[in-house]
Amino acid sequence: MLARLKSNQRTVLILGSLIGILIVCLLVAAAFGAVSISPLDIVKMTLNKVAFTHFPATWQATDETILFQIRLPRVVAGALVGAALAAAGVLFQGLLRNPLADPYIIGTSAGGAFGATLAMMLPVSFAFLGFGLVPIAAFFGALVAVLLVYNLARVGGKTPIISMLLAGFAVSAMLIAAMSFLITMSDRLQLRLHSIWSFLMGGIWVSDWSQIAIIAPMIIGGIVVARFFAFRLNAFSLGEEGAAYLGVDVERDKLTILGLGSLLTGGAVSLSGLVGFVGLVVPHAVRLVLGPDHRLLLPAAALSGGAFLVVADLLARTMLAPMEIPVGILTALIGAPFFIYLLRRTRREYAF
Amino acid sequence: MIKLSLSHVSFSYIDVPVLHDIDLAIERGEMVALLGPNGSGKTTLIKLFSGVLRPTEGEIHLDGSSLRGLKRREVAQRVAVVPQQFHMPFAFTLREVVLLGRTPFLKAFSNEEEGDYKAVQNSMELIGIRELGQRFFNELSGGERQKGILAMALAQEPKLLLLDEPTAHLDINHQVEILDLVKGLNREQGITVIGAMHDLNLAALYFDRLILLKEGRIFADGPPSDVLTEGTIKEVFSASVQVMQHPSMKAPHIVITPKRT
Repeated sequence: MLARLKSNQRTVLILGSLIGILIVCLLVAAAFGAVSISPLDIVKMTLNKVAFTHFPATWQATDETILFQIRLPRVVAGALVGAALAAAGVLFQGLLRNPLADPYIIGTSAGGAFGATLAMMLPVSFAFLGFGLVPIAAFFGALVAVLLVYNLARVGGKTPIISMLLAGFAVSAMLIAAMSFLITMSDRLQLRLHSIWSFLMGGIWVSDWSQIAIIAPMIIGGIVVARFFAFRLNAFSLGEEGAAYLGVDVERDKLTILGLGSLLTGGAVSLSGLVGFVGLVVPHAVRLVLGPDHRLLLPAAALSGGAFLVVADLLARTMLAPMEIPVGILTALIGAPFFIYLLRRTRREYAF
Repeated sequence: MIKLSLSHVSFSYIDVPVLHDIDLAIERGEMVALLGPNGSGKTTLIKLFSGVLRPTEGEIHLDGSSLRGLKRREVAQRVAVVPQQFHMPFAFTLREVVLLGRTPFLKAFSNEEEGDYKAVQNSMELIGIRELGQRFFNELSGGERQKGILAMALAQEPKLLLLDEPTAHLDINHQVEILDLVKGLNREQGITVIGAMHDLNLAALYFDRLILLKEGRIFADGPPSDVLTEGTIKEVFSASVQVMQHPSMKAPHIVITPKRT
């Protein structure tokens, strides 16, 4: 049925449904926890806050505090992180023509985390400004790492899967070791060992709205700008030379796309630390259902990634309640076997 | 008016010189083959024509304007390239691949319009692959894929079609099919065709003008019967061959006799 619709109507229908799914996931995730709040009350409270409506309070004052101070920042951050990682996965996979390129696997996340750690060590006392440095440092860390891996992995104008995995692994290992060293040496970080641990394991790590106020424009803006490059990513699937024959300014677009992927990864890492495999699993699943056209794939993967991580984080904090596990552990438990499956399946194609 | 002209064009890959001081003019509607041993500069010349590589020295003009002054997008709206083969990492359908040919005409946020679909439809019909449109590109045979790439290039509505050994990995039936199609495009659509060719006999049969390259220089340039002689082939390929007449066509035909039988 979908195939018979005009392509614009199909796009609107698909993206509209995914936005609906994301909102439902956000409501459900915000409702669950040590104290349950009904989704209807969540909608009313939120509208009262942002849309100047005046629904009478059918909830307790503490519910409002829990919702706005704890639950909502966390679920919104989850959605942003998931969207950013899935979109970054789409960008890296499209550009490198490699369905296994995930920001975590190719070392971009580790670069971002290293940058973020450096920023967290700095003696800046203003919480807002102090956090403001974290995403910027994470972006530059991610960018340096991705450029390093890209240049290491490149063989004769191509980025073979095996050299990309090796370069990504080596760069990640080095950066994570350097980061662990910094953490060991820094008194400032030692004081926050719990949050550092959750950062390394990939836990949504949000204490207030100001973090989201900084990261949300970075991630949403990054995805919107990336959408402008989506049709060129389609051309890139013919290789850099093939893309050039189709009128793409390869060197310029390549740098822009790597930069956007780093921006998204840096933003995600600032909120959640090292969450892996979202950028691998989500784009792959979306591609299977909707096809490889990046103009639909990119926004669809971002919305699905957001919904995916909100649900994964809900599971991570309720499964073993009152204990919370970092969501990165959960995504790795799902994603790593899937990665191995993909690797074995594509082995013949890539010959190694 | 001259379609494509090269004046004093040289090209080096970093330090390795590939082409030396080439002067060449190709008119609108010609069908030209570039011949020569591996490393003689055929593929480099194709890439220079496409604007993907820039000459180290000299100028290339397309319809009077220098290729240096044109944006990649502007070149791609006039010049299309069919390379040897593409590896496609994602599950695009054949029609989606042909649609990629419209890339140089798309704007950042807009989708294809009626005219784009029409160009795709036309080129798939011309190439005779309409019924394969919904098949996955990667699951097609080598010949079908190459026809798909030809259709993609045609969807660019090019004035100049460049072929880089387009039949290199194909069985003989598909070689003939592809070259028949290209010849048809040249004769019926008036598209200028320049192809780097490996097979001298195929080149002699399908192309009106052959340019024989030796070590980055033009060694011979003219109609097949002038260019493909026992002497030139000996000189350029260091191979001893006999040049016969094709039994039914006015074209030279190269015959090899093994030294050992």
